[in-house]
Amino acid sequence: MATQVTVAHYPQPWYRHALELLGHFLKYSVLIVLAVSFLLPFYWMMSSAVKNDAQIYVVPPIWFPRPQFWENFWNAWNSETFNLWTFNTVVRYALPATIGTVLSSSLVAYSFARIDWKGRDALFAIVLATMMVPDWVRLVPLFVIFKKLGWINTFNALVVPNFFGSAFFIFLLRQFFLALPLELSDAARIDGASELHIFVRIILPLSKAALAVVALFTFMNAWNDYLGPLIYLNREEKWVLTLGVGRLRSAVDEIGNTKLAYPWLMAVSSLITLPVFLAFFFAQRIFIEGISLTGLKG
Amino acid sequence: MIALRRSLPATPREWRNFLLGVAFASPWIIGFLAFTIIPISSSLYYSFTRYDLVRDPVWIGVRNYVAFADDADFRLVAGNTLWWVLLSSPLGVVSAFLMALLLNSRIIFRSFFRAIFFFPAIVPVVVTAFVWIFLLNIQYGAINSTLQAWGFKAIPFISSPKLMKSSLVVIHMWSQGAAMVIFLATLQDVPRSLYEAATVDGATAFRRLWNITIPMVSPVILFNLVISFIGGFQYFTLPWIMTQGGPSRSAEFYAIYLYRNAFQWFRMGKASALAWVLFLLILLFTYLLFRSSGRFVYYAGAAR
Repeated sequence: MATQVTVAHYPQPWYRHALELLGHFLKYSVLIVLAVSFLLPFYWMMSSAVKNDAQIYVVPPIWFPRPQFWENFWNAWNSETFNLWTFNTVVRYALPATIGTVLSSSLVAYSFARIDWKGRDALFAIVLATMMVPDWVRLVPLFVIFKKLGWINTFNALVVPNFFGSAFFIFLLRQFFLALPLELSDAARIDGASELHIFVRIILPLSKAALAVVALFTFMNAWNDYLGPLIYLNREEKWVLTLGVGRLRSAVDEIGNTKLAYPWLMAVSSLITLPVFLAFFFAQRIFIEGISLTGLKG
Repeated sequence: MIALRRSLPATPREWRNFLLGVAFASPWIIGFLAFTIIPISSSLYYSFTRYDLVRDPVWIGVRNYVAFADDADFRLVAGNTLWWVLLSSPLGVVSAFLMALLLNSRIIFRSFFRAIFFFPAIVPVVVTAFVWIFLLNIQYGAINSTLQAWGFKAIPFISSPKLMKSSLVVIHMWSQGAAMVIFLATLQDVPRSLYEAATVDGATAFRRLWNITIPMVSPVILFNLVISFIGGFQYFTLPWIMTQGGPSRSAEFYAIYLYRNAFQWFRMGKASALAWVLFLLILLFTYLLFRSSGRFVYYAGAAR
């Protein structure tokens, strides 16, 4: 006689299914409402960029402007020296800052992760401690120092510090380097490779993902940076984009005096958001993994 | 002495490694001296002086610090900043946590929704400021002109001193993508078996959240809260661009006041003293947060 297998049986009330459906319905409602309200500001920005003043100053608001004035993008961009400011932002600030940070932070992280030297851990503790010091404590004396060096209104003040490592990225890269097998270095050392050789030829090629995180974050920070340029760059021909858009903003504050103040402000705002959006679209994984990497191991 | 001797390299091999290590770390060591040690010590010195960048610093002892005691401006910005930190940090963390919870549940198009929730965190702050200025404008902003069209009264989100800071909190909650991603990664690491066991025992969804999820992610809640506190005390760019600390100085935060003192009025001494008080405030609050967290934070690996 076959043994009867008793299966644990949980009572399933008739309304259980309905409750589950209701739960799903609520969840997706919240998700969709949230998603729409998260996107709405951006949609508002882009739709306002192609309006004329008659479509801007109207109640109720126009969500689908017709006709659209696409020339706003071109005209707004050429109303100020945005080409120059883009050049300043990318070539004179973001690129050199990125190169400097990637080079120096990876070099230093290598020392903390893969060379066994006395005093290393104590020094690394100091690296971590510097992250606690608010930027504002250093801002005033750094301004004094840079002023004495004649670096005000130059990009040196913004770029040069990047060549000396950033505590945050040193930490991030060190975590990554630590995870690479030690045998890799040992084998190369036995073959007589120098430490620099191991770093450049073995460790760096294996760390492309982490280096991409550092490069992307540094570039984005420079692209988005406002406070640094605000303090160090006063001359208009030295401005970066974030300062430059401020020009169009002041037109908004004196409503009535300037035509197309809002559309132009929104047009240029859209244009400087575009590269961030594209970077995010194509490198979403790098962003998300980079952030979870730093957060989790912290 | 013995401790010192033990910390020095002894064998030739140790010396070699020591020199190599220092050489590789030298960019940071030099930078640490040039961009941290020297600035921090001169900042400390300046904080005891009167210094306008033109004439040499004049030593005035602790007068900069003592003056804060009956400085109405200082009280105003300290009050605004405390309000900001105590409200925006917890609300921002709650917002990030709830978004992560939603994304962590079984849903379709997860990475699509995640991208949407995350994106505001990486938009240039100037753009955030300009878009919200327009959105919240009393007359032509999308929200108020909709309200008016429906026959409601317009709400002075950024033109009333009473509402300005609350509006900033909403914008802050809107841009919590980074914290959200950190939460999401942690949530995905909570062992499934815990939930399965709880479900078998008949625990409701709320009980599972309260007794499993929250304890398991509590270290990350603390981490995000600390990061948010530190950032909150230094909050500058958004209120500065939006209203320059207005209206009626309702968004005049500590860092804005510091900026004015340093770079508009060139009171470098006072600005340095402000920076040091800020530093001490941050240390104090971080310490208090860690102290009080002991009872609420669960470390899975820790023996108790």
